[in-house]
Amino acid sequence: MSIATPKYLSQSLAMKYFFVAVVLFGAQLVMGLIAAYQFVNPEFLFNVFNFSTARMVHINALVVWMLYAMIGSAYWMLPEETGIETVGIKLGTLGFYILTLAVTIVVGVYILVQVGPGTEASIWLINEGREYLEAPRWADIGITVVVLIFVYNVFATVMKGKRTGITTVLMADLIALAGLYLAGMFYTSNITMDQFWWWWVIHLWVEATWEVFVGVLIAYGLIKVMHANRQIVEMWLWIEVTMLFGSGILGMGHHYFWIGTPEYWWEIGALFSALEPVPLVGMLVHVIYDMGKHNGKVNNGPAFSWFIVNAFGNFLGAGVWGFMHTLPQINIYTHGSQFTAGHGHLAFYGAYATILIGMMYVAIQRRNGIEEMRSTATSKWAVSLITIGVLGMTVALTLSGYVQAFVERAEYGATWDGYFIAQGATWFTQGIDWRLAMGVVTFLGFLLLVKDLLTIAKRSKALAN
Amino acid sequence: MSEDYKEPESVWTSNRFWSRSAGWVTGFSAVLLILLTMDTLGQITMGSAEDLANKVTKRVPSASVINYKVTYEYSAVRGHEVPVIGEKELFFGRNDYSEAEANALLEKGKLTSQAKNCMNCHTLLGNGAYYAPDLTKAWLDPAWQAGGVMQGMTGTTSTDEAMLVFLQNPDKYASHARRMPNLGITPEEAKGLVAFLKQMSSIDTNGFPRNFNKIQGSTQK
Repeated sequence: MSIATPKYLSQSLAMKYFFVAVVLFGAQLVMGLIAAYQFVNPEFLFNVFNFSTARMVHINALVVWMLYAMIGSAYWMLPEETGIETVGIKLGTLGFYILTLAVTIVVGVYILVQVGPGTEASIWLINEGREYLEAPRWADIGITVVVLIFVYNVFATVMKGKRTGITTVLMADLIALAGLYLAGMFYTSNITMDQFWWWWVIHLWVEATWEVFVGVLIAYGLIKVMHANRQIVEMWLWIEVTMLFGSGILGMGHHYFWIGTPEYWWEIGALFSALEPVPLVGMLVHVIYDMGKHNGKVNNGPAFSWFIVNAFGNFLGAGVWGFMHTLPQINIYTHGSQFTAGHGHLAFYGAYATILIGMMYVAIQRRNGIEEMRSTATSKWAVSLITIGVLGMTVALTLSGYVQAFVERAEYGATWDGYFIAQGATWFTQGIDWRLAMGVVTFLGFLLLVKDLLTIAKRSKALAN
Repeated sequence: MSEDYKEPESVWTSNRFWSRSAGWVTGFSAVLLILLTMDTLGQITMGSAEDLANKVTKRVPSASVINYKVTYEYSAVRGHEVPVIGEKELFFGRNDYSEAEANALLEKGKLTSQAKNCMNCHTLLGNGAYYAPDLTKAWLDPAWQAGGVMQGMTGTTSTDEAMLVFLQNPDKYASHARRMPNLGITPEEAKGLVAFLKQMSSIDTNGFPRNFNKIQGSTQK
C-alpha cells in the first residue's frame, strides 16, 4: 500500500506550523538553560535578564510550541481523515501568519521590555503576569481569533468530508480547548478568584483536553505507522475519552486544596485525581497491545520510537509523578515546591512533546512519500539523549523537592528562613546542579533532533534508491 | 462512525457503546463541576468592610482587612491553622481606610504583582515559580516582624515600612546570595503590594502552609 498522498495545502500549512514549533521548542530549552544556570549562579544576568523573565519565556515558549504542533497535527490529519482538502485553507494560512507575527512581537516585548508599571495598560500591552497565561490581553484576543479560524477549518472540513471517530473526538475536544482559554481573560483583585479561573484554563487544558488530543494523535499515528485496525483503535479512543474526562474534569479539585476554596475539594480532588492515572495506563496498554498484534512491524521507526516514549512518559510523568503528590495529606507539604517542577518536566515531555515530535516524523515521511522510514543513528541518539535528559532533570528536581518538603515545610514550618535554609541544603543544591547538567544533555539531544528532522527524508530516499 | 463499521457481538467492544459512554460521563462530570463552581464562587467572593466590623468570617476578606491585625492560629475544630482577624492595627500610620481606599490600594498591588511578574519567581497561594519564597503568609513571616532580619536590614520598625523600603530597592537588601532584582517599583506600587500581601495573608487557605512558624527553633533570630 502506497503511502504517497496528494499535496494538500492543509499539509503544507501543517509543515509551517511544525517548523515554528521546533524553533519555539529550541527557544524554550535555551531559556530553561539560562534559568537553570541562574539557580546555580544567581548573579548571572542579574538585573539584566532576570530569572523571572527567563522562566516566563521558558514556560510560554513551551505552551506555544505545543499549541503550534497540535494545530499543525490537526491540519496534517484533516485531509487524510476526511478525504478532502481543508475548507477555508487560505484563511487558515493567513491565520498562521497573523499568529506567528503576534507571537514574535509578544516574545520581543517579553525579552526587551520585561516588566511594566502596575497599571491595566501593562496587562494589555506587556505581560499579564499570570503563570503560563502571561501573554498580554491584545495577544489573547488575537490568539482567540486565529484559533476560531482553525476551529472553523476543522468543523467545515469534517462536515463536508468523511466523518470518522477520530475527527468526531477532535471536533468536540477543540471546542472545549478553545472555549476554556476565555476563562483566563479577565482581571480581578481577588487572588483566590484569579487562581480559581486560572486553573480552569491550565488544568482543563493539560489534564483533560490536551490529553484527549494526545489520544486522537495516538489513534491516527497507530493507524498510519502500523496499519492498526481503525475499529479497534477508535474503540480505544472512546474508552480513553470516557476515562480521561471522567477523571480529569473533577480531578481539578486537586488544585483547589489551598487557594482559599472550600474544604470539600479535598475529597473530590483526592478521589478523581487518584483516578487520573487509570486512562494513562489504558493508553500504555493500548499501544503495547497494538505493537504486539502487529509483531512490532512499523513503517516509520523514529515516529514509533517517540510514540513508545509517549506511552511510558505519559504514564510515568503525568500518572505516577502526578499521583505521588496529589493527595492533600501529602500535597500540603509538596505544594509549591520543586516536586511540582519535577512532575511538570516529565509530564509535559512524556505526555505532549513526545507525541508531537512523533507526528512531525509522520508528516515528514508522508510528505516525501517514503514507504518505510527507518531510524537513523541521529534519530536514536536524539530520542535517547532527550529522554535521559528529561528523566534526569525530573529525578533531580524531585530529590530537591523532597528536601523542601522535609526541611522547609516539615522541619521549619514554611517560613522565609526555612525556605532559604532548604535552598542551601546540600541535597537540594546537588539536585539543582544535576538538573542543569541534565538540561545540557536534553539540549544536545534537541540539536540532534533538529538535524534529523532536516535530513532524514533525504537519507531515506537515498537508501530506497 | 466509519462506513466499514460492523457492530460487534459484545457490548464491551462496541464503539457505539463507548462513544455514548464518553458523552454521558463527560457531560455528567462537566455538570457536576459547574454546580460545584457555582457553590465555590459564592464562598470565595470577597467580603465587605461590614463583614469585618461585624466579625463575620469570610474565606476571602475585604481589602479593608488592612485596618486590622491578622494572625494565623491553630483551630482545634478544623485541625489546622486559620487566619484570625483581630483588633484594629495601624497600616502606614492609619487604621481608618475606607473600603474604596482599601480597594484602590489592593488593586494597585495586585496589578503591580502581575505587571512585575512576581509569580515567575515567587509562589502566591503556592502557585508560581520556586526561585523565591512563597508569599501566601509573607505578611506574617517572622523575618518581617520585630527582631526579624528584614526590619533590621531596612532600618525600619514595622512590617509595612520594612516591606515598603525593601520592595523599592530589593537588590540592596539581600538576605541571601539569591537576591531580588530591582523592578523599578514606585512607592505607590510598593504600598499597594504591601496591602495585597496583607490581604492575602488573611485568606483562609485550609491550613496551607502547615505549621507555619509554629515549630520551635524554626527561625534564625
